[in-house]
Amino acid sequence: MTTTTASHHADAHAAGHAHDDHEQSFFVKYLWSTDHKVIGFQYMITGLLMAMIGGYMAYGFRMQLAWPGEWIPGVGFLSSQQYNAYVTTHGTVMIFWFAMPVLIAAFGNWLIPLMIGCDDMAFPRINRLSYQVFLISAVVLIGSFFVDGGAFGGAWTAYPPLSAKATMNLSPLGSTMWVLAVALEFVAFLLGGINFITTAMNARAPGMKMMDIPIVVWMIVVASILFMVSVGPLVAGAAMLVLDQQLGTAFYDPSGGGDPILWQHLFWFFGHPEVYVVLLPAMGVCAEIITCNARKKFFGYKTLLYTVFATGIISFFVWAHHQFVAGIDPRMANVFTITTLIISIPIAEMIFLYIATLAGGQIRLNVPMLWALSFVAEFLLGGVTGIFLGASGSDIYFHDTYFVIAHFHYTFVPIAVIACFAGFTHWIPKMTGKMMNETLGKLHFWTTIVGFNLVFLPLFITGMWGDHRRIYNYDHFPDLSTQALQDLRIASTVGLLIMIAAQGFFVWNLIWTWKKGPAAGNNPWQGTTLEWSTTSPPGHGNFHPMPTVYRGPYEYSVPGAEADFLPQSQPPA
Amino acid sequence: MTTISSPMMPTDVRGGLHAPRVPPARRQLVSSAVLGMLIFIAVELMFFAGLISAFTIVKSSAVPGAWPPPGQPRLPLEVTGVNSLVLLASGALAWFAWRAFRSGAPAPRAARLQLGAAALGAAFVVVQSVEWTRLMGEGLTMRASTYGSFFYMIVGAHALHALAAIAALLWSWRRLTRGRLASSSFAAVLALWTFVVALWPVLYVLVYL
Repeated sequence: MTTTTASHHADAHAAGHAHDDHEQSFFVKYLWSTDHKVIGFQYMITGLLMAMIGGYMAYGFRMQLAWPGEWIPGVGFLSSQQYNAYVTTHGTVMIFWFAMPVLIAAFGNWLIPLMIGCDDMAFPRINRLSYQVFLISAVVLIGSFFVDGGAFGGAWTAYPPLSAKATMNLSPLGSTMWVLAVALEFVAFLLGGINFITTAMNARAPGMKMMDIPIVVWMIVVASILFMVSVGPLVAGAAMLVLDQQLGTAFYDPSGGGDPILWQHLFWFFGHPEVYVVLLPAMGVCAEIITCNARKKFFGYKTLLYTVFATGIISFFVWAHHQFVAGIDPRMANVFTITTLIISIPIAEMIFLYIATLAGGQIRLNVPMLWALSFVAEFLLGGVTGIFLGASGSDIYFHDTYFVIAHFHYTFVPIAVIACFAGFTHWIPKMTGKMMNETLGKLHFWTTIVGFNLVFLPLFITGMWGDHRRIYNYDHFPDLSTQALQDLRIASTVGLLIMIAAQGFFVWNLIWTWKKGPAAGNNPWQGTTLEWSTTSPPGHGNFHPMPTVYRGPYEYSVPGAEADFLPQSQPPA
Repeated sequence: MTTISSPMMPTDVRGGLHAPRVPPARRQLVSSAVLGMLIFIAVELMFFAGLISAFTIVKSSAVPGAWPPPGQPRLPLEVTGVNSLVLLASGALAWFAWRAFRSGAPAPRAARLQLGAAALGAAFVVVQSVEWTRLMGEGLTMRASTYGSFFYMIVGAHALHALAAIAALLWSWRRLTRGRLASSSFAAVLALWTFVVALWPVLYVLVYL
């Protein structure tokens, strides 16, 4: 930095650009920045750190399940209360503090302004505020481990009365801090989402029409809209939950005239669209990577877009499939079974579009592509097993077994972990200007994938055998403590250990990249979208000069063209 | 540290040969301020929809004759009805201020109207809070019954929004008096206040009647 600043200053002052060129302190530059790239990094790094915390929790309770009651290295003995707090925090952290910040906030911040060709978000200071609120929410959540009574242990869905009555959950402060942290996190994403939608709608480069917007930007925008529309009722529900906890109102207490099922409706009205809030950006990330590495135009861009809109709308009519055993009307359950099966159609359609994009392409199997392809395959497994849970008849048997856990993680690990690494390895050369190590990347990929499948394949089986999910120590349940079940549990835990160890390759790769990663150049993957037309990393203001868009986002292998890709900003010959 | 920073561009690309040939003209249907505010209002609308549906479910599942609970004070229909008119008048004033602002009338006139809107809005909140203290004195508290809980929850949430929106009105009034209010900011504030005003009759009908 210092080498350029001297000459910089003179020119800058002369040109009247002093405000964006003066030398900034570390604090202003990295912690108080309004630059979307820096905020993207803040979200990415915080998200990955929170994933480590969530992974540590998973390590704690999986060890307890495999070898109940034994001393766990790095954790100690896990009490039942702690076990519940770990399970709850694992779920909460992985969804709200890892999947969402990385997939929406980090990728949204990195990619939206770069891909639509503008210098920053529409509201840069709101963007900064968004990250600050998010950071506070993370601190509040972690802080709940250190207050009287410990962290909340009533599962990430926080069903009352368990979550509403301190006499039941035994965490009078922790449960309120949990709700507070989640609410603050929602505020952060509200601010972020307003920014993403407004930026994508209002700040596009000249010439970029609606149908020229790269898929991942569309996906983040649609995901933000879904989040915006679904989060309001949950915030209302959360406010009522806090009042129940702290003021002694009876919104969810039937003895006082309230209704505990009410929370389930408010929660899942948010909770199901939330699945698509994180799924859509993940699918967008993989769409970019697949089309770039198949060297083919994306098959059915508009079809995909309309499919996504359809998914978004249908996702608001499926929430009660989480409540088939909560005593809802069976006729209602039928309706929600049908809508749930309907929503698998657009998702299947998207998967077919990905496969059609691959067909006949010249596929490059680099690290991001491996992650993206495995996303499609593994998510398919998660989606297909969801059919059993979406049909109310079989769900009544499967409810609250490990089958649900396995299904859920076969959707969410591809979303949060696999797509996150896909996007990370694809765009980190752009964001840092350095290439990552391919060998280490592939080692990381294969060990993670093997570990992941070893964790969750056995859980499908234990779940089908009736393994209940909310049990701390199976030794107390003779039917569930057979050797065959326990062997599968141990296999699952070993899988987790492999998966955790695999992240060592990732950390090693990061350090390698930082120390001696080769320069990436502007366009290491020969991509067509706008972010590849600027420098790596993009400078302040991103583009000099600002780009103009002349063509669609995926002009790969166009017949008659000299190169096998035509950047969006390349004027027609 | 330069690895993950975003180094600034060398100065020479800023001017001279590489000066932008295309002026950064970007198409906007509505200004960013208004669009952002409209999205925010959509979120708020869903927030109140959540409250209202929860209220409706609990209300409709109450035992016949138990809603409103016997022995608890009734909500003040008449006072609140008149108070609603005050709020609607405030909304109208804000729109008149917008019209004056758009038609190029002298700035003090728009500012006076905007201040009037804020004052009427504040009067609405004051009368509301006086009524609540009276109701609480008569035994209708949040903990007394779900009837009371939902009343304070829904109407209180609206009052908080009204306070925030009045703060926005006052901010816009100050900027107006200095002649420094951007049209898009005015429109955003107006959208927020219109939302707060227009939501109230719905809540009044659902909760009070």
